[in-house]
Amino acid sequence: MAIESAVVVVGGGLAGATAALSAAREGAHVHLVSANESTLRQASGLIDALGYPVADAGREGDDNDGDGGNGVAADSGPLADPFAGVDDLPADHPYRLIGADALREGLSLFDDTVGDLYRGGHTDRNALVATTSGRAKPTARYPRSMAPGLVSDERPTLLVGFEAATDFDAPLAAERLSAAGVPFDVTGATIAFPGEYRADAAVTRLAHALERDEDAGDGRTTRQRLADRVRPHLDDAERVGFPAILGDSHVEEVRADLSERLGVEVFEVPTGPPSLPGIRLSDRLFEALDDAGVSMTTGTPVVDFEPEEDGAGGDRIDRVFIDRNGARIPYAAEQFVLATGGLVGKGLDSDRERATEAVFGCHVPQPDDRMEWSEGGAFADHAFARFGVRIDERGRPLAADGTPEFENLSAAGGVVGGADVAREKSASGVSLATGLVAGRTAAEEV
Amino acid sequence: MDLRPGADSCYKCTSCDTSCPVAEVDDSFPGPKFQGPEQWRLKRKEDTEIDESITGCSNCMRCDGACPSDVPLSQMHNTARGEYVDNQMDKLSREYLRNRILANYGTLAGIGSKVPRLTNAIMGNSLVQKLNEKLLGITAERDFPEFADQTFRSWWKQRGGPNVESDEKRIAYFHGDYANYNTVEVAKALVRVYEAFGYEILVPDQRCSGTPMFANGMLDDARRSAAVNVENLGDAIEQGYDVVASCTSCSMALRQEYPELFDFEGTETVAANTYDALEYLLINENVIDPLSEVDAADHDIPDFAYHAPCHSRNQGLDRQAVELFRHLDGVDVADVGDSCSGISGTYGWKEEKYEYSMEIGEEMFEHMEHAEGETGMTECPTCSMQMEHGTGYEIDHPLQVLESALVDTDVEI
Repeated sequence: MAIESAVVVVGGGLAGATAALSAAREGAHVHLVSANESTLRQASGLIDALGYPVADAGREGDDNDGDGGNGVAADSGPLADPFAGVDDLPADHPYRLIGADALREGLSLFDDTVGDLYRGGHTDRNALVATTSGRAKPTARYPRSMAPGLVSDERPTLLVGFEAATDFDAPLAAERLSAAGVPFDVTGATIAFPGEYRADAAVTRLAHALERDEDAGDGRTTRQRLADRVRPHLDDAERVGFPAILGDSHVEEVRADLSERLGVEVFEVPTGPPSLPGIRLSDRLFEALDDAGVSMTTGTPVVDFEPEEDGAGGDRIDRVFIDRNGARIPYAAEQFVLATGGLVGKGLDSDRERATEAVFGCHVPQPDDRMEWSEGGAFADHAFARFGVRIDERGRPLAADGTPEFENLSAAGGVVGGADVAREKSASGVSLATGLVAGRTAAEEV
Repeated sequence: MDLRPGADSCYKCTSCDTSCPVAEVDDSFPGPKFQGPEQWRLKRKEDTEIDESITGCSNCMRCDGACPSDVPLSQMHNTARGEYVDNQMDKLSREYLRNRILANYGTLAGIGSKVPRLTNAIMGNSLVQKLNEKLLGITAERDFPEFADQTFRSWWKQRGGPNVESDEKRIAYFHGDYANYNTVEVAKALVRVYEAFGYEILVPDQRCSGTPMFANGMLDDARRSAAVNVENLGDAIEQGYDVVASCTSCSMALRQEYPELFDFEGTETVAANTYDALEYLLINENVIDPLSEVDAADHDIPDFAYHAPCHSRNQGLDRQAVELFRHLDGVDVADVGDSCSGISGTYGWKEEKYEYSMEIGEEMFEHMEHAEGETGMTECPTCSMQMEHGTGYEIDHPLQVLESALVDTDVEI
């Protein structure tokens, strides 16, 4: 026997969650299995689709000198419209393989799922969101809490960092934004977080203090004292940006309260892990999965699989096995979705010789000579950045001969190769587009 | 034990600190990242002692599940705590004595349960509770768990052992101390449910799984218990039995902590053949179809507020009860959120931790109050204590709900 469902999705990041929702929408009973808590909890919460056209340029031999370390060639600014950039991508890019409509539908599924937590769906155009390092990141969707902070907005801005939250050096970020020529005045200030906390208090601790508006001494609450400390730095600023720790599930309440106290609009600047916007997004998606009747097992990796006994040539998967502290638990299904991530997410393994797909051993195209895996320079056009399984238009991973590896397997997200998501700023979009297609393919066959 | 590869895997993302319920409320506790990889590196140096803040860790093991890099955090905590207790703790101190008593609950329970009514009367006496707090540092805020009139093992013996014989379907039941001495109804529910599905049940000789001992750094005590358990459970596995536990901390200990900390012969075999009671049924039996035949309203099954214990969450079992009972008509099982209950076994029994324990549990209490049901449900006996303590609700084990739905009705299995 085994734990049975119609579709098993392996992986709990954005791609896995999207595939599960996509399949569940088509009426299939889905079981999502994830090795750890969702990697969304480490993500910025920004949803990029295609930020830069560099991939194609790099492939034609551009050396990308002068990119200033952010992966952007000097002469190729951010893309205003991600969809307009799709046709210029290499032919084996996932967007080209499954079509720009898949990206559109993926974003639309995302919009339906997250509701008023996010903004940006009103237009095809990328928004520019200021990051903690003082850069403007092109992104297709952004949390509502970041909306007043967009770089296209011309209101004078104050950025506020906390001594305890060292990820965000607000004066430095302000200096960099100014140097980048943003169309507004921006200054930065660092203040002490109100209340008695350890020097290295967890950001979640500070977020909860703001959310519960705890007593912060002197008969004043956390928010009251925070506003008191920010006010002297306001000058002419018409909006104030804080690191993204303004509460956990009630960020809008915290933001409204602080905005009122300061008399200017307050927004969040996306931060590195652990990321409150990432945690909020993860919570929202898993709530949606629960509502859609998706079963979930997290904290246990899939370690092995078994083909169908009577499958001709063993080209159908019968079940996968998770490792539960040594015990092998079988999960059987009619269709499977591989959404385990790339080299960082451990969906791909690599040693000195080969990069391999970790669960089913699917074909991963790569140069035979390992010296060709990478180029000089951190953000050069590395072959390894595009490693992953190649898919057909229905999201099925392909063997070396171009036929599907398994009749009942589709793939989504970072495990799919062909995109250099770090340089293109396309990781979320690839996950949404491929997740949507993989989930739909799985559900169609059930 | 060389945990260097694990320490090297840590890239300081602090996901573990974010998930730590103790660091959330206790500013003096530096969190799992310090207690794990950082402390491990520090203590490699000669003349560097283990920081005593290690005793603040409640051993909920949530950091393990949060880590994206598979750093063996709880294993590092367990070894550091063991070393601290062995080498640095004053064995004549009140704290050591108290922790030893709490960690070896089963020994005391064995004595107390011989005269359950007398023990209940004494332990329920508020003067005794105050003395416990004054002399031992065991909080007077909590009601001592009542002993059952008859232990499970004595019931099992009196009953004459298994009612079902089978060569194919065989489980060895690891009941642990709590289901034996206190919540005997949970153990009986397991027997009735499993027998209804045609299983022959063996109840091997056993000792405490060791969870409270790990949590208090009493690794020698834990090792003695584990040796007995691995031997007896190993014998049962050889005879074709799979090991099944009704407490998720017990299954966690057998599956994860034993292989991480001990190297008795057969430890890995026991880990690989041990299951949670509900998990095992879901893998091997069709539970859903008969359950779908039952209407809860006909059998007085109430709505539930379900809390997933940290040690079930760490095994990836946190959703199984909620998802299973969706198939039971007329019953609403509300998940009361992913916060820790706060008691963490012996942690919440310590006078100096009681307030923290209640602060951690606050979120769960609130969610329980908001849920439809006024009966709680959880797999963990101490979470159950905390749920009851914080809300006054009566708390059932999922096996008891299965018993009501499948055994006490005439549904065909």
